[in-house]
Amino acid sequence: MAVGGKRRWWWKRRAAVVAGVTIAVSVWLGSHCYFRRENMAKAEEALVSMCEERARMIQDQFAVSVNHVHALAILISTFYYQKQPPALDQETFAYYTAKTAFERPLLNGVAYAERIIHSQREIFETRQGWTIMTMKREPSPMQDEYAPVIYSQETVSYIEAIDMMSGEEDRENILRARATGKAVLTKPFRLLESNHLGVVLTFPVYRSGLPEDATVEQRVEATAGYLGGAFDVESLVENLLRQLAGNQDITINVYDITNASEPLIMYGPQIPEGYMPLSHVSMLDFGDPFRKHQMHCRYREKPPLPLSAITTPFGIFVIIMLGGYIVFAAKNHYDNVKEDCRKMEELKVQAEAADVAKSQFLATVSHEIRTPMNGVLGMLDMLLDTDLNLTQKDYAQTAQVCGKALISLINEVLDRAKIEAGKLEIEAVPFDLRSILDDVISLFSSKSREKGIELAVFVSDKVPEVVTGDPGRFRQIITNLVGNSVKFTERGHIFVQVHLADNSDLGADEKVYSGLNGLSQSEKVQIMSDCTFDTLSGFEAADTRNNWENFKLLLSDEMILPEASTSDKEPDIVTLIVRVEDTGIGIPLCAQDRVFTPFMQADSSTSRNYGGTGIGLSITKCLVELMGGQINFISRPNVGSTFTFTAVFKRCNKDAIADTKRTLSEALPTGFRGMKAFIVDGKPVRNAVTRYHLKRLGIAVEVANTVKMMLNSLTRQNSNFRTGRQPYIILIEKDSWYTGMDVYLHNQLLLLKQNDCVLELPKIILLVTCEYDKMSTGSLVDTVINKPLRASTVAACLQQVLGMEKQQKKELSNGPTNLRNLLAGKNILVIDDNKVNLRVAASALKKYGARVECAESGKDALSLLQLPHKFDACFMDVQMPEMDGFEATRQIRLMESKENEQISIGGASRGEDSMIVEWHLPILAMTADVIQATYEECLKCGMDGYVSKPFEEQQLFQAVAKFLVSKPSSDS
Amino acid sequence: MPPPLCSRVLLSHPFSPMSLMALREQLNMLVNSMYIEGLLDQQFQQLQMLQDASSPGFVAEVITLFCEDAERILTELTKLVDQAVVEFQKVDAYVHQLKGSSSSVGAQNVKLACIQFRQFCEENNKDGCLNALNVVKHHYYLLRNKFDTMLQLEQRIQAYDSKQQN
Repeated sequence: MAVGGKRRWWWKRRAAVVAGVTIAVSVWLGSHCYFRRENMAKAEEALVSMCEERARMIQDQFAVSVNHVHALAILISTFYYQKQPPALDQETFAYYTAKTAFERPLLNGVAYAERIIHSQREIFETRQGWTIMTMKREPSPMQDEYAPVIYSQETVSYIEAIDMMSGEEDRENILRARATGKAVLTKPFRLLESNHLGVVLTFPVYRSGLPEDATVEQRVEATAGYLGGAFDVESLVENLLRQLAGNQDITINVYDITNASEPLIMYGPQIPEGYMPLSHVSMLDFGDPFRKHQMHCRYREKPPLPLSAITTPFGIFVIIMLGGYIVFAAKNHYDNVKEDCRKMEELKVQAEAADVAKSQFLATVSHEIRTPMNGVLGMLDMLLDTDLNLTQKDYAQTAQVCGKALISLINEVLDRAKIEAGKLEIEAVPFDLRSILDDVISLFSSKSREKGIELAVFVSDKVPEVVTGDPGRFRQIITNLVGNSVKFTERGHIFVQVHLADNSDLGADEKVYSGLNGLSQSEKVQIMSDCTFDTLSGFEAADTRNNWENFKLLLSDEMILPEASTSDKEPDIVTLIVRVEDTGIGIPLCAQDRVFTPFMQADSSTSRNYGGTGIGLSITKCLVELMGGQINFISRPNVGSTFTFTAVFKRCNKDAIADTKRTLSEALPTGFRGMKAFIVDGKPVRNAVTRYHLKRLGIAVEVANTVKMMLNSLTRQNSNFRTGRQPYIILIEKDSWYTGMDVYLHNQLLLLKQNDCVLELPKIILLVTCEYDKMSTGSLVDTVINKPLRASTVAACLQQVLGMEKQQKKELSNGPTNLRNLLAGKNILVIDDNKVNLRVAASALKKYGARVECAESGKDALSLLQLPHKFDACFMDVQMPEMDGFEATRQIRLMESKENEQISIGGASRGEDSMIVEWHLPILAMTADVIQATYEECLKCGMDGYVSKPFEEQQLFQAVAKFLVSKPSSDS
Repeated sequence: MPPPLCSRVLLSHPFSPMSLMALREQLNMLVNSMYIEGLLDQQFQQLQMLQDASSPGFVAEVITLFCEDAERILTELTKLVDQAVVEFQKVDAYVHQLKGSSSSVGAQNVKLACIQFRQFCEENNKDGCLNALNVVKHHYYLLRNKFDTMLQLEQRIQAYDSKQQN
């Protein structure tokens, strides 16, 4: 196909070229011919005019000569015949004719011959003194009559005495002349002497008294003699023509065409020469009606072609060729472009196919990775079910969290493809921000410990506990940023802060600028170089806004503003500002503007040294923008980077908060409420972080910069308020610790106890960043907490230290024991039309100690659930014949609401029964396809939640925990 | 993965009083091979975990229930699909039931085949449904044979148990 097309295209092109050239050539030829013909026409015109001019002139001159000859004839008749004695002799004649020769330019001479009849010959001869001669210079034989020349012009004196009648042409002429009385011409012949071609003009001279209308006989009778002249046509015409312009260019032939079939040449070359195709014929009238003459003119040479006849067509030709070439080139270019375009289309299709293939590849690979990861996670799940001690449990949980994070990371790789395709959607579900941050921190805890970096999280109290948004994406952003920071930081700290956007901006900006204004830059640097920085770890951070000064301001803001004021005018939208600060290598200035470009790292050596693809920040940016926020950063090489982003979430209503707190987050143990802790830490930012975590556990906190201050404050406090809350715990930063401190502290505390300042010895906990720090601690320390701090880790440690393990265990674990606790002794109705499912579900619930009853249809269930009933919960299949789960639930709710109305009426009348709880049977949908739509429908028809079939322990627990705990009164 | 040699040896002496251990071993082999062939999935493990002293015949009971249910549904389905005008909604409802019970039992292959079947139902594709039904049947009968063997083994184990207790 393509080859054929190409071939055809090539032929077309070829034909176009040929056609173009043909057109150009034909235009060239055409215009050339046109010019040529024009030229010819012009030449012909010129020729005609020249020819006519010459003809007229010759004719005129001829006429003039003839007229003069006529005049001579009159002269002769007057002076010779009418005078007695004649007044004319040879001498006078010769003289006169010589003098008037200019009047007859075409005649080389004139002569007069007298008519002599034979009878008069003798007399005549004797009178003249000579005999009549023939043309051949012999004495004339006897004739009837003679015409001997008696007078002659000098130029033709040689014909004197010659009988003109002896020459054939002359004789004929004479006869014709005297008969007509007019000038007649001979046909051209060679003249005597000169041997030039010529004609002889003969004019009769009559004796007087001849009437005008005389007959031929009368004329012959009256004839006295003949005047003749020879036209030496050849030389004379030539002389004449020579005077005219353009003589060189044309040749002229003069013909006698009296005998039309046999023209006699009078002038010009014998064989016609010159440029034959172009000639002009003019008629000549020499006054002799018997003879006819013609003049033929032609150019001597072919008229030259004017230069323009060549140059102009050539110019046109060139123009056409150029034009053609331009059209051709344009067409060619167009074809090329079209071809390129087609190729590009093809490539585009290929690229798109490749893109699809890539997405498929990503999907496949991530699926392949997920499958074994599920195994790992499942095993970890099972491991957590076994009897582990707290540390083991923590490790296993960390492993599980990390595994889950890995799974989510794999999903995140998929996200990139989705983002690129614009298919990523942001969820809106309630979630606990703090626990997500804790999870992220724990993900990086081992790494940060290895490197000895402080890793800390701080969330402002004003940030709501639960917000609605996309927890996965939020987590992804934080994970990316913190991951980057961990990767590029070798010393110092990584600090994640979350504030409400409005007051954070307010506090930070004002403070910074006033600070900057107050101190000149150099002074500031001076101060900074003198002391350590007021940051988390004491290292300098890129964004000075994060130092303690501002941080304090933010904290104080929080304290000043009472909680009521925030809850009053809570806007629906919560804009959070999140900062991730590190003290790593920073981003080189030259690379800062392409940080968010995909696959771009600071330079190629970065990926060698630190690994990674450079994809993370671009995803992060996309995600932040999808969440309605902005991301930017401040970075100083060798000082560190601070990434700041904003994210917009919705505030949750109170009920949702209560729900999600239970279901979504692993609930923090509540057993620490009312406890008191002392933190000994010289660094304000760091102790704020510690305080934040302790506060989340409900522990009241006091801070001291050094151990000594702490002791002082303990003494003072307890001497003042003996009933004051006892500090159970003292948390000491590693910085404030030195060898031997434990003994000293122990002694001091013992002393305090003896003085009754404290009732019990407080527990001493050391906070360390690095693993090896543990070694150097003394034996009197109760435990050591490895940073990064997380509320749950701290809680676990505290439980261990305070011996609360047994009591807290149930709350901490959400394993089967917990589920058993929830379900033990509960009456549960399971409804499913599928016997197998029913049996399995029932058995699973029984395993957790529940008392299970089964129903095989919605109707059976309704009859079992006639109020009052004993059931604590109900698991309902959604898809059932006759009456499906939704319908059944609606019916149940209808029954309940009727009953509740009656109770409230009855309760009001009776009074004491008003405490009775309203009827509301928790109904959980059982469904195999756990999609959002189903979930929404479940809620719509009055169900309380759903579990997937077959049961998953975790999910079952979450679903059941919601209402079985919320009704503690219904159970022992 | 071919079944290990020892299992064949064991099977060749079914009535040898070889011991409870051998029987258990054989049962384990069978179940493992079923996992490997994809006949069963994790859910079956869950079932086995549910079986304890209080409900000794639980797995057997569920399997029997499942088989009865499945056979009923398959008969219905065969009838429905053979009709000139197939009522896809009815078919879909049956297949959904079968899918539910098979996923409860952990009959992985049957479950997957059912999912396929439902897709054909949604497309109202009769040929597809016929094919899918055959696939489901194929997987089911394969599974039932194995289940039969399994149940026999379990019965013998229980018989052994009771004998020993006696």
